[in-house]
Amino acid sequence: MQVFLTEVTEVQRLVQGVFRGEKRAIAKTISKIENNEPEAQKIISLIYPKTGKAHIIGITGPPGAGKSTLVEKLAKELRNRKKTVGIIAVDPTSPFTGGAFLGDRVRMQDLSTDDGVYIRSMATRNHPGGLARATKDAAHVLDAAGKDVVIVETVGAGQSEVEVVKVAQTVVVILAPGLGDDIQAIKAGQMEIGDIFVVNKGDRENANKAVSDIEAALELNTEERDWRPLVLKTSALTGEGIGEFVESIERHRAYLKKGALDVQRRAKAEIELIEALKQKITQSIIQDLREKGEWVRATDRILAREIDPYTAAENLLKGKTKTS
Amino acid sequence: MSTKEKKIRVLIAKPGLDSHDRGAKIVARALRDAGMEVIYTGLRQTPEQIVETALQEDVDVVGLSILSGAHSTLFPRIMQLLKKKGMTDVMVFAGGIIPEEDVPALKKAGIKEVFGPGTPTSTLVEYVKNNVLK
Repeated sequence: MQVFLTEVTEVQRLVQGVFRGEKRAIAKTISKIENNEPEAQKIISLIYPKTGKAHIIGITGPPGAGKSTLVEKLAKELRNRKKTVGIIAVDPTSPFTGGAFLGDRVRMQDLSTDDGVYIRSMATRNHPGGLARATKDAAHVLDAAGKDVVIVETVGAGQSEVEVVKVAQTVVVILAPGLGDDIQAIKAGQMEIGDIFVVNKGDRENANKAVSDIEAALELNTEERDWRPLVLKTSALTGEGIGEFVESIERHRAYLKKGALDVQRRAKAEIELIEALKQKITQSIIQDLREKGEWVRATDRILAREIDPYTAAENLLKGKTKTS
Repeated sequence: MSTKEKKIRVLIAKPGLDSHDRGAKIVARALRDAGMEVIYTGLRQTPEQIVETALQEDVDVVGLSILSGAHSTLFPRIMQLLKKKGMTDVMVFAGGIIPEEDVPALKKAGIKEVFGPGTPTSTLVEYVKNNVLK
């Protein structure tokens, strides 16, 4: 009992630190959530009521398009406009060694000693979809810490890494000239999630062609939508278009505030609930099955090719004591 | 209920003004391949930038790479700042061109170990794994 009380106090001390915007408290809190430590859920439950104020911007796009460099420019422009900024930069974990090389900060050096900016690098730890499992909750932490804007940068994303839509209110897809033609732009996935499309490296040849290819692809949208995605050109190198970029984000924010935000929030709340349920259900079922020994039996039978995994799962769920 | 997923988080930093980071990248790569999460910040970092990064990233280990000869000034400054921020549970090691006679003073300042050129990466990996404080 004594131990339990001390733990609660430590958690509360951390959470209070987060509310005051203390960097060490924010850092430790994110680590606890990321490492899925026993007190993680308690922490999230204490933090959640203080969330919902920050504007969460998702930045995604293929590797090398200039996401991190543009995030730095974006953050600086937001700082000029007196906003505080949190950044979560996700890079991939090696599926072979479990290690990760997190290099996004290399592009954000100027921000590291600005007290109004908090940057956290995060490895995917093999979570699919372009983000880590803990990214969403880390964004909640930065939100609760009082950051006006939280920027979530995904891994260099392929066509189907679209999980950022579940986290961000405004999704920005960053592309670069020469990545593909108008056919690439019609494909599903990333091209469907952008509220804003940015052709970075606008100082390069073909940048205007890339802009018009994306515009043309968006013209083909048959679905009725209130928000028509914006397409713009930036150069993180020269700073061209950065002001316009921030204004586009603000336009989208204003649009959301007119009512779409409530719809979006409700949808996100449902997604969060579904995912939390999935985790809980899976964990408790697996634990129960392990305790009863059914887990091992079912695995053995799958290994022996006596049963396929789908049927085994179905049987286990039906509550049969034997997996036959 | 929950499964812990703790990883060793390491910051590889290059303080000072030299611009050769091949050594730092090799070390970063070796630690990555050993299953650690390695944060790399690039060249020419001030002690303030390094400590601020270590703080925000909640790293367990900081590896400092230096070739410029300014280690006797920069390293103690970094150790001071870490202490000031209450980060005494972070293990700090160093590598690069550091003369033998400077090592005792650096260790006294809190640098846990100094590795010279030619150290096998496997030695380094083992050292980090065995000396993490958290």
